[in-house]
Order: sequence, then structure tokens, then C-alpha cells
Amino acid sequence: MPNTRARRAGRPGPRRHTRRDLIVLGVLLGIPILLDLALIWGPTLASVGLSFTTWDGIGDIQWAGLKNYDNLFTTYPQFWPAVRHNLLWLAFLGLLAAPFGLLLAVLIDRGVRFSRFYQSTLYMPVVLSLAVVGFIAQLILSRDQGALNAVIGGRNPTDWLGNPQLNIWMVLLAACWRHTGYVMILYLAGLKSVDPGLKEAAALDGASARQTFFRVVLPTLRPVNVIVGVITVIESLRAFDIVYAVNKGRNGLELLSVLVTDNIIGEASRIGFGSALAVVLLLVSLGFIVTYLVQELRGEQQR
Amino acid sequence: MTASATTAPPALRPGPAAPQPTRRRGRFGIHLFLGAVSLAFLAPLLLAVYASLRPYEETAKYGYFSFPRRLSFDYYRQAFVDSGMSKYFLNSLLIAVPGVLLTLFLASFVAFAVSRLRIRGGLVLLMVFTAGNLLPQQVIVTPLYVLFNRVPLPYWMSDSLTMYDSLWAVIAVQTAFQLGFCVFVLANFMRTLPREILEAAIVDGAGVWVQYWRVTLPLCRPALAALGTLQFTWMYNDFLWGLVFLSDGDKLPVTSALNNLRGQFFTDYNLLAAGSVLVALPTVLVFLLLQRHFIAGLTLGASKG
Repeated sequence: MPNTRARRAGRPGPRRHTRRDLIVLGVLLGIPILLDLALIWGPTLASVGLSFTTWDGIGDIQWAGLKNYDNLFTTYPQFWPAVRHNLLWLAFLGLLAAPFGLLLAVLIDRGVRFSRFYQSTLYMPVVLSLAVVGFIAQLILSRDQGALNAVIGGRNPTDWLGNPQLNIWMVLLAACWRHTGYVMILYLAGLKSVDPGLKEAAALDGASARQTFFRVVLPTLRPVNVIVGVITVIESLRAFDIVYAVNKGRNGLELLSVLVTDNIIGEASRIGFGSALAVVLLLVSLGFIVTYLVQELRGEQQR
Repeated sequence: MTASATTAPPALRPGPAAPQPTRRRGRFGIHLFLGAVSLAFLAPLLLAVYASLRPYEETAKYGYFSFPRRLSFDYYRQAFVDSGMSKYFLNSLLIAVPGVLLTLFLASFVAFAVSRLRIRGGLVLLMVFTAGNLLPQQVIVTPLYVLFNRVPLPYWMSDSLTMYDSLWAVIAVQTAFQLGFCVFVLANFMRTLPREILEAAIVDGAGVWVQYWRVTLPLCRPALAALGTLQFTWMYNDFLWGLVFLSDGDKLPVTSALNNLRGQFFTDYNLLAAGSVLVALPTVLVFLLLQRHFIAGLTLGASKG
């Protein structure tokens, strides 16, 4: 098609795709889109729909209105503890692990010797699966054979993971172990891209180190802050593996994610009820996802 | 922030001798702090390795921190051979390798269409994929469980005759779920590529496929390597999908199968330690060997601004 190949003056005009091009586009865009709709968004909508039913997965689907939600908020004993634990998770990761990761990144970014060693070591836990982290936590914290009790000694060993007052804190420490390194890497990358001229200019203007950091460096890290915020929220809502590896998320370690899972793979398959739990999780996370996407969209338009 | 002092012109310092000692002391403090934190971060891993090399009786008798009388790889043999972890490792590979390749292939095409072809509705597509990756897994788990139970598969594909309880289910959901992240990262990466190369190819009459496969993809090698490394660890580390979509214990990926090492009434923590170290080993190796790629993968998605 020699004539279509001629470049028109006003590009980008309507692009000329051949039949073959359209087939390639259709198939290779179609498959991922179908996958995403069938396995991600379809099920998300289905969760919403099923949450208004009392389905057990086998019999007829019976409409139940808001009954599941009513049960959830008023009679299901594990719901509010799970919500509290999820919030605690968020606070712990957001207020402890994330700032600690930032601190480590700032220290390493100062170019001290062995910084690569520190960086690798601190990052190591991130490559472990949360399940492995949960198992390692047991090696250290188990009542009778754990290393921590061996160090502390004493006649009455503490049951770090069995005591429902204590275990959530121990598991949170283990989760922090992993989250800190993750945050650190993100900030390290961000710090590397901060224009050194900015810092020099601040120093020339007589800004103290503290002022330079909080007034000059931190604002330029805004995109990283957003990412860290999103990751922290998402990880807190997704938290599952560690507690499930430790004790299947019972006895003080309840989380919303565990309750959803329990309701489908448990003895009684309460699909409607489990879906209502999932919808609560969905609503909370959608709030953050939408905020994040709006932010992204704005950046996109400025590009 | 004494480090910023190094970049400041020396004339600005109050005296030539004054900043030196403070900086050195500062450096020492930093090393002390970072060293201590590093040690604390490594300690659990070292402890797991140590415990895995000692017989249970010895730990029980002399305590955790006694000097070892006998070290051996018995627990590794026991975990690997007797508990059949080799089989679970294979399952993990059978899920992660096709999963990563499929995800990268499909995601790179979507990213190409969105950022290089600038198709209509590209931004919406990008948002749909990205948002999908941010959903908590539990939001979709229940309907997927029902769905997979209803999708029939021929016997040669799944001995359960449904998608449920077959590796296909896990591969499919891993791919669908991780597509979002990869599309997001790759679209951002492709946007940084020079457009001239693509335009030249279009002028030469290259079709969509050639523009994608021959012109764009080779330029994405660093991003693909980074994402591939990252995705492999993520898919390998995943715990939930295998747990929910596989009921036959023999099909479990190794992360989910670790639970099997825990006895009903008695847990041999030294055996558990060996199992944990074995499961962690591939990702730790990948990390140590491909550290640059690995970290690049994470930050590609984060530091585009």
C-alpha cells in the first residue's frame, strides 16, 4: 500500500492499520483484557453480588438482602477484633516500619563505606516469602524450643505466639522485618534521583542539615512517599501469610483476610457471608486505590 | 546530615579543622547503628541455618546457644527426600516459570499498545489493570473458587477434571493478578523510549507485530529482566493461591507445603528450620545473583516521577 505509507502532514492522524494489524491487536490485547475481566474484575463484582445472598456453594442461591452485613457487624464475634488487628497492622507498618526504612535509606545514602553490604542485608528479608517469615518467627518465639526464651531464661517461659495478648505484636515485628527493607529500597532509589544541586543550594543558603532534609529533600520525594503509602496500606489489608503460617490466624491473630479464607475453605462453606467480609475489605481498599489512581492520572496529564 | 557537608564548598566551613572530627564521629555512629541493625536483621536467618544443622536432641538437651557437638545435613536430607520437598519445588517451578513468561509477554503487549501505539482508551486500560493489582487477593478468592470448580478440563490437563485442584488455576490467577503490575511498570518504561525508532519502522511499513516484537521489545530488555526477577520471587513466594485452589497435597507449591513439615502433635523445629532455609534458598540466591535487576524492578514502578 504505497499511498498509505506517505506521511501525512498533520500527524498523528488516524492510524492506518492493516487487517493483520487489527487481528494482532485484537488477540494480544483481547487475551489480557479477558483474563483481567474474568479473573479479577468479574470475581470482584461477583463478590459484591454474592454478599447479598446466603449461598453455601452447592444449593440454590437465596437472596438475603443485608442480612450478612448485619450479622457481620453485630453478631460475628471475630469481625471487630479482625478490623482492629488490620488497623493496628496499618499503624505499625506506617508509623514504625516506613519511617525506619526512610531513616536507614538516608543513612545509607550518605555514602558510608560498606553501604552495599548494609543495603543487601537489610533488604534480604524482603525476598523471603511471608510464610517463611512466619515459620522463622516460630523458631524464635516458640514457647518451649524458641530461641528468645532460651536467651531470656527463667522458669516460666513466655508463650510469645500462644498468648493472644502478645502474639499480634510479635507477628507485627516479623512483618516489620520485611516491610522496612522494602521501604528502604524505594527511598534509596528516590534519594539517588534527588538533584544534588538542590542540597548544595540549600547549604549555600545556610540551611541546617535538618532543614535541608525536611524542606528540600523530603518534598522532592513526594512520588516515593505516595508509593510507600500505597504499599503500606495494601500490605496491611492483604496481610495473611504470616498469621496463617503461625496458627491459621486464630487465637488473637484474626485478620479480615483470614476470616474470608476461613469461610470458604473451612468446614462450612459460607460463600455469601465470606463475600460480605470481602466486600468490606474491598470498600476500604478501593478508597485508597482510587485516591492513588487520581494522583497518577494527574501526573499523566502533566506529562 | 554531615554528608551534605562533603558537597559544600570548604570555604563555607567555619574552620578547616572543625568539621573533620565531628564527621568522623558521625561516621562511626552510623556504622555502629547500621551494623547493629544489619545484625538484628540477619540474626533470624543465621539462627535458622544454625538450628537446621543441629539434631533436635542436642538443642533440647543443651539449649539453643550451646556449642555444637555435631553438625550435619540430616535435616535437609529428611526435608528434601523423606518429606518430598523436591516434588513441591517442581510444582513451584511449574507454576512460576510459565506464569512469569506469560505475564511478561501479555503485559508487554498491553503496555506497548497503551504507550507506543497510543490506542484510544489506553489510559482507562492502564487504570483498570493497575487497580486490579492493588485489590486484596481475598476480594476475588471466593468467586474464583466457585468458578474454577465449574470449569471442566480434559483428563490429560487435570486429573481432577476441573480447573480447581490443578496447577492451571494457580498459573491463570497468578498471571491475571500480576499483569496489572507489569503493565504499569512496562508502560512507564516504554514511554521513556525514543519515539523516532518506532516512527522510522512505521515509515518502513512495519506492522503492529514487528513494531512490538522487533522494534520495541529489544529495547525493553533491562526492564524485562528486572520484572522477570521480581515476578519470579513473587510467584514463587505466593502462599494463598496454592492453598485455596489446590486440595491435593501433592500439587502444592513449596511455600504452601512447608506447613506439612509441622507435625500434628509434635513439631521438630530443627526440621522446620531446614525446610524454611530450603524454601528461602532459591529466592535468596536469585536476589544475591541478580540483585541489581531485582532492585531495579521494584524501583522501576516507583520512581518514574
